[in-house]
Amino acid sequence: MAALIEIERLTKRFGAFTAVDDVSFSVDRGEVVGFLGPNGAGKSTTMKMLAGFVTPSSGTARICGDDVVDRPVAAKRHLGYLPEGAPTYPEMTVTAFLGFVARIRGYRGSEAADRVAHAMGLTQLEGVRLQPIETLSKGFKRRVGLAQSLLHDPPVLVLDEPTDGLDPNQKHEVRELIRRMAPEKAIVISTHILEEVGAVCTRAIIIAGGKVLADSTPRALAPPGMSLEQVFRDLTMPKPEAA
Amino acid sequence: MAALTVARRELAGYFATPVAYVFIVIFLMMAGALTFTLGGFFQRGQADLGPFFTFVPWLFLFLVPALTMRLWAEERRLGTIELLLTLPLPQWQAVVGKFLAAWAFCAIALLLTFPLVLTVNYLGNPDNGVIAAGYVGCLLVAGAYLAVGAAMSATTKNQVIAFVLAVAVCFLFAAAGSPVVTEFLSQRIPALAEVARGLSLTERFNSLTRGVIALRDVAFFATFIGFFLFVNAVVIDHRKAD
Repeated sequence: MAALIEIERLTKRFGAFTAVDDVSFSVDRGEVVGFLGPNGAGKSTTMKMLAGFVTPSSGTARICGDDVVDRPVAAKRHLGYLPEGAPTYPEMTVTAFLGFVARIRGYRGSEAADRVAHAMGLTQLEGVRLQPIETLSKGFKRRVGLAQSLLHDPPVLVLDEPTDGLDPNQKHEVRELIRRMAPEKAIVISTHILEEVGAVCTRAIIIAGGKVLADSTPRALAPPGMSLEQVFRDLTMPKPEAA
Repeated sequence: MAALTVARRELAGYFATPVAYVFIVIFLMMAGALTFTLGGFFQRGQADLGPFFTFVPWLFLFLVPALTMRLWAEERRLGTIELLLTLPLPQWQAVVGKFLAAWAFCAIALLLTFPLVLTVNYLGNPDNGVIAAGYVGCLLVAGAYLAVGAAMSATTKNQVIAFVLAVAVCFLFAAAGSPVVTEFLSQRIPALAEVARGLSLTERFNSLTRGVIALRDVAFFATFIGFFLFVNAVVIDHRKAD
């Protein structure tokens, strides 16, 4: 069977600037891929292309076999996507917002209500269900975005910085949640927190300047005696010129 | 259909903020005041809503862009456009849904002018068919301005820019058939004078307020709205991630 996520020679150019340069990889069921790289490395652009928000300059990606360029709606049905910054409609209540997403995803009546309740349960949002999202703390807002991406129990999850802005306890909860879901799904998360990769990811991809520099298990990436942080710096820091 | 779900959310969004109430109150006050003062509703001694229908398109010229300015600009500013367009719905349905919500809102505002209809029926025996045609005309003009405004909103993340662009473009189509413009053009570029008159929203609207619902005029409005919704969809598709 083909991998759930297949990325083929994906490239995005903005004018003369190449944000993502010929990136290819695939993700199988059961894998949690940590997508690492310095700011501006092309992580978010790659994820936006995978989610069908940014149109690739060349190359393509498939989600569960559906091409994100040729069959965007079908591809999006298989995908749960948390955009960078977890945007939500501030004036809506948590329930109304998740209900809207459920309706767009084709759920009606009690099934929609069940989906919303289940997603709120997974992300511990029941306590704030009737509050307008704009009144919530940053951690809750992020979890509303996460709940939205999990609502339809998608086989593929693409989460752009899912733990950004969460406190240590909430970070732990989200990691546990990802670990629990991991066996049935293909998951890609981007993060700046390198310890997170060791904690939840089965595979790490390091990207800089739009190119994939390393693609391996977190353990294999960091040889004995070296931390993942050192490896990351060695790979992505501009080399000082030898005198 | 996903477009209706989008429309429902947008419509609820209008009422979740003061926008809806401010719009409706200002619209009703202005429409009433202009009809009774400048329009000379009582002085002209005619049982019709002529003065009301004269002013509504000009009110819409400024008020409708206030409704549409946030449609896409706000989504861009909040980043929710990325959420909306990565949900499994075709992009054109998002465009149509937003338009329908704003149009339904205008219909609600127009419906709330019903006391005028009651008044004129109490005072005399108006031709209610003409009045109905006038309301249809108002709704079509609102739709045309909304389509323009939504397309302008798609081009920017700044609501003020969206508003000013929408008023400017709507004014262009409202004034295209006015004597000032057509005389100016016919003296210099006669070919364009005909084009301008053909594109004028005001002329089409005026024939509707006389009680004539001509297929030609309705088709014109439908094409006009369809064209600007298409422009809206193209702009969103090309610039969604900017």
